[in-house]
Amino acid sequence: MSNTPLTPGIVSARLVPEAYAHNFDDLDPVLDAHEAHVAADRCYFCHDAPCITACPTSIDIPLFIRQIATGTAEAAAKTIWDQNIMGGMCARVCPTEQLCEEACVREAAEGKPVEIGRLQRFATDRVMEKGVHPYTRAAATGKRVAVVGAGPAGLACAHRLAMHGHDVVVMDRRAKPGGLNEYGIASYKTPHDFAQSEVEWLLKIGGITVKTGVELGRDVTLDGLRADYDAVFLGIGLGGVNALRAAGEDLRGVRDAVDFIAELRQQPDKSMLGIGRDVVVIGGGMTAVDAAVQSRLLGAQNVTIVYRRAQEKMSASSHEQDHAQQVGVRIICNAAPVEVIGVGGAVSAVEFAYTEDGPEGLKLLADTFTLKADQVFKAIGQTLVAPEGLAGPKLDVTPMAKVWTGGDCGMGGEDLTVTAVAEGRDAAEAIHASFGA
Amino acid sequence: MQVLGPKGDTMADLTTNFIGIKSPNPFWLASAPPTDKEYNVRRAFKAGWGGVVWKTLGSEGLPVVNVNGPRYGAVWGADRRLLGLNNIELITDRPLEVNLREIKQVKRDWKDRAMIISLMVPCDEESWKDILARIEDTEADGVELNFGCPHGMAERGMGSAVGQVPEYIEMVTRWVKQHSRMPCIVKLTPNISDIRKPAEAAKRGGADAVSLINTINSITSVNLDSFSPEPMIDGKGTHGGYCGPAVKPIALNMVAEIARSEATRGLPISGIGGVTTWRDAAEFMALGAGNVQVCTAVMTYGFKIVEEMISGLSQYMDEKGMVSTADLVGKAVPNVTDWQFLNLNYVTKARIDQDACIGCGRCFAACEDTSHQAISMSEDRVFEVMDDECVACNLCVNVCPVEDCIEMVELPKGALDERTGKKVGDYANWTTHANNPSVSAAE
Repeated sequence: MSNTPLTPGIVSARLVPEAYAHNFDDLDPVLDAHEAHVAADRCYFCHDAPCITACPTSIDIPLFIRQIATGTAEAAAKTIWDQNIMGGMCARVCPTEQLCEEACVREAAEGKPVEIGRLQRFATDRVMEKGVHPYTRAAATGKRVAVVGAGPAGLACAHRLAMHGHDVVVMDRRAKPGGLNEYGIASYKTPHDFAQSEVEWLLKIGGITVKTGVELGRDVTLDGLRADYDAVFLGIGLGGVNALRAAGEDLRGVRDAVDFIAELRQQPDKSMLGIGRDVVVIGGGMTAVDAAVQSRLLGAQNVTIVYRRAQEKMSASSHEQDHAQQVGVRIICNAAPVEVIGVGGAVSAVEFAYTEDGPEGLKLLADTFTLKADQVFKAIGQTLVAPEGLAGPKLDVTPMAKVWTGGDCGMGGEDLTVTAVAEGRDAAEAIHASFGA
Repeated sequence: MQVLGPKGDTMADLTTNFIGIKSPNPFWLASAPPTDKEYNVRRAFKAGWGGVVWKTLGSEGLPVVNVNGPRYGAVWGADRRLLGLNNIELITDRPLEVNLREIKQVKRDWKDRAMIISLMVPCDEESWKDILARIEDTEADGVELNFGCPHGMAERGMGSAVGQVPEYIEMVTRWVKQHSRMPCIVKLTPNISDIRKPAEAAKRGGADAVSLINTINSITSVNLDSFSPEPMIDGKGTHGGYCGPAVKPIALNMVAEIARSEATRGLPISGIGGVTTWRDAAEFMALGAGNVQVCTAVMTYGFKIVEEMISGLSQYMDEKGMVSTADLVGKAVPNVTDWQFLNLNYVTKARIDQDACIGCGRCFAACEDTSHQAISMSEDRVFEVMDDECVACNLCVNVCPVEDCIEMVELPKGALDERTGKKVGDYANWTTHANNPSVSAAE
């Protein structure tokens, strides 16, 4: 290994092998039984608890914590999964500081909420490790449902439909099921191939067939699915990405952050991945943070996130921003790219203009600055690639018979795994109800 | 006497004189494992304890034997705080002469500390006469008669088997006073329906003081795999003596009953039962205890806690302008009364401090589900007391996790109680209340 964080250009193996293992291991390891007991003891078992209201899947949080406190983690896990079959992944990736833990009364009391996310992981991990799947199917109904997209929304929908006794075929254009859980979440948040383990565990209910490498519009059509199945659920996510609309966007070294994150997730040997010395990430969401943090973890020397509006408008949570800054990422706000500058066809710098966010919208100021860059990640939002017969920006399928939708592509899409699970689950109940009539 | 602290500040005098036995502070270690041997007691004195009651000695001869499995069972609160402990340990299992030699040596080196010897021998005069003669030589300050232990020894006609029969207490106490010049404290068992009866018997027998409570018959838990009570010995369990913070309310009541009873008023009391902090000690003393004895707290945290007890009680007494512990002892006794004398025209209403409220809603759940439906809950989780429903039961205060968030506010005389529609009147109690059958019978 001759490369170091100072080696110019996009190169691999900037770090010693142990550093990769360390950097991409579990960020927040699971609580042990004692830690879980102490954490669970802090729950006040609130009446009509605010944390339940704050949870998009309405998990009965005080109940599952009481179940942990009384030594029945198995019952706790069941309480979680009854509402959120991907409770294991949500325990890892939910922005709990903006959801349940923000609402926790002990946040109001002491600025230190009950560690709901970590307790949830304690319970779900414990049962999943034993390979126990506590749900069985109702008697077969003979109804068949097509679920397009094997992400959190599609899988949650499929599981609930299977529970009700329906037969489900889940199709996904990628090679593996899991959607953003598999391809879109930072590696260090879900190490040890958790996304695939969770899918395998979820499928244990039976009655669900997964077909990968099947793309809507190419291999199947919406009309065809509507004809062949009793119902169709679309959980196709956001397949497109926004363009930078700045000169030089096509230079070598400029790429979409979502592709970088997906490639990183699929590469078991992180030292094989090339990363720049001076990395610039453009955007202000979770994708931008995940790309920036992981650039640092791969050994980039200088990593800067540049966001066009004020810091408080960044959609990445303050917890995520803090974490990025802890690993050495610099965050510059109120600046937008005007030109990506290249040398010999490859990016060498990005010129930014400072911005002003006024009532008439965002205004570029004359004042500019330039950041040295040998790699640029674009993380300025994803867009819907609408199937034939439907239009964006979000899918509205209400006028279309036998079709339901949920997750990022749907009207209520919130860019959160937990919201996608809630919508998939609720769509399944709606589909089931439609059969019952 | 005012004592100056290390910085020249005034400090209350914690010196106590309990039935003629002086100690630098009112904190003694109770007769129990912490006081079973010289090593422990020396370290306890070094740590600052004012006195010890040496773990109970038995008759000369082969020492008792203890079980060789677990002796203790426990009840825990949040964060595994030890709230209650029970034990099935017996009196000292070390030879009598070893204990006597050690007592003598320690007392010689720590003259300013109280050294009491706890005794438990068979219920015949000769046995008591013998043991008293044996201990005379130690120069200990007094004896404590263990009529309290509820396990093991009771089955052999000692401990609480004596303590549950007032006539025996009187008889043995009389023997002890007859055969010894030492001050005599009689330790009472709470495993009895009326604590005043054994206290009266002790007084009749000539006891200089009583100490209470000894431990309470208990099973701390049941193992749901082996179906044996805890602590478990080879699959079986037996009732043990319960102590620790959980028993304090029971002990406080028993101390108060003796302190305020006509027959035993003025009988010195050494308070025992869950004393963990200076505050617990102060409460026992306010209810009439001249000093306190501690065990579970040191078994949980070690001897060092006495430093907090000394500094805490000193600060409290300074703040209250009390110069000696005598100023505190018995201060609350006049305020302990019978239910029938409580003022039925004392009306309070719960008030929730909205700034302090964290919105957990436990007050609402408690009141709505189990009490008087007197708390309202709004969409945005504002909880308010409805005065026309509130009976002032205090449950909301007790279940609220935030200290001082809910308080009971007294309605002034003449104010309207919206629940009853009546104005708050002058003091009046049950003895004159119209609903009292004995009142209407007299009319």
